Amino acid sequence: MATVSNQVDTAATTAATKIDSERIRADFPVLETVVNGNRLVYLDSAATSHKPMAVVDRLARFMSHENATVRRGVHYLSERATFAHDQARSKVAAFIGAGDPRQVIFTRGTTDSINLVAAGFERSILKPGDEVLITHMEHHANIVPWQMACERSGAKLVVAPITEAGELDLEALEAEMSERTRIVAVTHVSNALGTINPVKAIIEMAHARGIPVLVDGAQAVPHMKVDVGDLGCDFYAFSGHKMLGPTGIGVLFGTTEWLERLPPYQGGGDMILSVTFEKTVYNVIPHKFEAGTPAIAEAIGLGAAIDYMNAIGLDAISAHEHDLLEYATAQLGAIEGVRLIGTAREKAAVVSFTVEGIHPHDIGTILDQDGIAIRVGHHCAQPVMQFYGVPATARASFAVYNTRAEVDALVTGVQKCIEVFR
Amino acid sequence: MNSTLNELYQEVILDHNRKPRNFREIAEPTASSEGFNPLCGDQLHLYVKMNDIGIIEDVSFVGSGCAISKASASMLTTAVKGKTVAEARLMFDEFHRLVMGELNPDGENHLGRLKVFAGVSEFPARVKCASLAWHTLSGALDGVDRVSTE
Repeated sequence: MATVSNQVDTAATTAATKIDSERIRADFPVLETVVNGNRLVYLDSAATSHKPMAVVDRLARFMSHENATVRRGVHYLSERATFAHDQARSKVAAFIGAGDPRQVIFTRGTTDSINLVAAGFERSILKPGDEVLITHMEHHANIVPWQMACERSGAKLVVAPITEAGELDLEALEAEMSERTRIVAVTHVSNALGTINPVKAIIEMAHARGIPVLVDGAQAVPHMKVDVGDLGCDFYAFSGHKMLGPTGIGVLFGTTEWLERLPPYQGGGDMILSVTFEKTVYNVIPHKFEAGTPAIAEAIGLGAAIDYMNAIGLDAISAHEHDLLEYATAQLGAIEGVRLIGTAREKAAVVSFTVEGIHPHDIGTILDQDGIAIRVGHHCAQPVMQFYGVPATARASFAVYNTRAEVDALVTGVQKCIEVFR
Repeated sequence: MNSTLNELYQEVILDHNRKPRNFREIAEPTASSEGFNPLCGDQLHLYVKMNDIGIIEDVSFVGSGCAISKASASMLTTAVKGKTVAEARLMFDEFHRLVMGELNPDGENHLGRLKVFAGVSEFPARVKCASLAWHTLSGALDGVDRVSTE
């Protein structure tokens, strides 16, 4: 078995196909937290994942020994910080199969990435009567920015339907692509349902009509191998904090053609080549879209998270999470009164459910008494809730550090809820 | 079930959750308001009918929410019916302090059966659930047609 570089925590093994849970869990001290006398069972990684010590240490090392701003100074620390920041960008590019690191824009997160594109389209593409096509299963972050862009530009927001299982109806989606469609914005993996969408097919469909596609990859990149080159998407957005990295850092991948075509997002330092009161010449990509001092430590921390994931292997991570998904689906599905929300054929490790007669918030509180953390509510996807006629769901989501024993704890907890409300 | 959970999900709360009282609309209310908890998506509409001398003659609600918010709305309707606006506001003030853990339920107060919500103070995340209906009532009495707990 290959040994790992000293940059990466010891739990990661390059040749592994099976996850060594104990070793992985040792990298996440937060998992030792005791809640109400019970060991924490963290099943809320779709909201935010925990961070391995490799990431925490990298952040601390930057802040304690390497701190300086980037692309500003000629001094030693600044040059080192600039190098590390550039290196993080290259790691991201390699991780998602972007051909050129300049196609990687650092943002605050997926929301910020989508807003950047929506604002650019509003300013330079959308005209009254144009259409923006999204789907019924989008997160609010892939609805509201487009709604705002449509409102200001006079364009129309068109929503493609989903099926009862929580899948996209590709024929219906294709039927909604019109001569006025200026962009398709679709999620790769639904945060509320777990559905993995066939985005490659959707992109081909849209491209056949000359329509660009933005993919919301917030729930995909942490859990599966994503190759933007293979997908052929025009934009791909994701966050650091859901993939074992820090909060405050995210990524927008864009094709060179589109990034050069769109206007800058925010104005300020770093996004310029020259400024006079008469005229400002904007910087080249990616800097054109990165006004102001960026989240430097966080970008470098994201690079460390990518190293950590690579060392475990994306295939091993996906396989482990898929095992937990199947186990949880079978165990929860067998409980009388439990309704699984989102039963797509292709799913990531998200199990949304309701229990007859018990509101999800009450489930959340009762589980929390046993130290089990799940998400309850509308998951920032209220249209999905409306589709299923529920005000909210309970959602368990899994990451590489979770175990079958934790699924068992969840199942016991849900049975307890049913007893309390009997 | 541990004792903290028992305190929260008392039988009377579970009963009001299962069979909410005054769970209906009022055709021509004197006042009404819609309350939202944007954090969790809870939503309820509260209706008040007052008589000529300022007494709450009828009060009702519709909407969706967790056991705590539904039971709280249900028990609110039974508690403020027949009371004056001033009395209802006093109860809101006491109720709010109760769920915040700032009022001793065994001391002198006007809460009556509403004291079962004392256990909510152990669950800070649920305080808004318990107080949503009361904020909405307060909004209705103030002529505000939309209330948010955020």
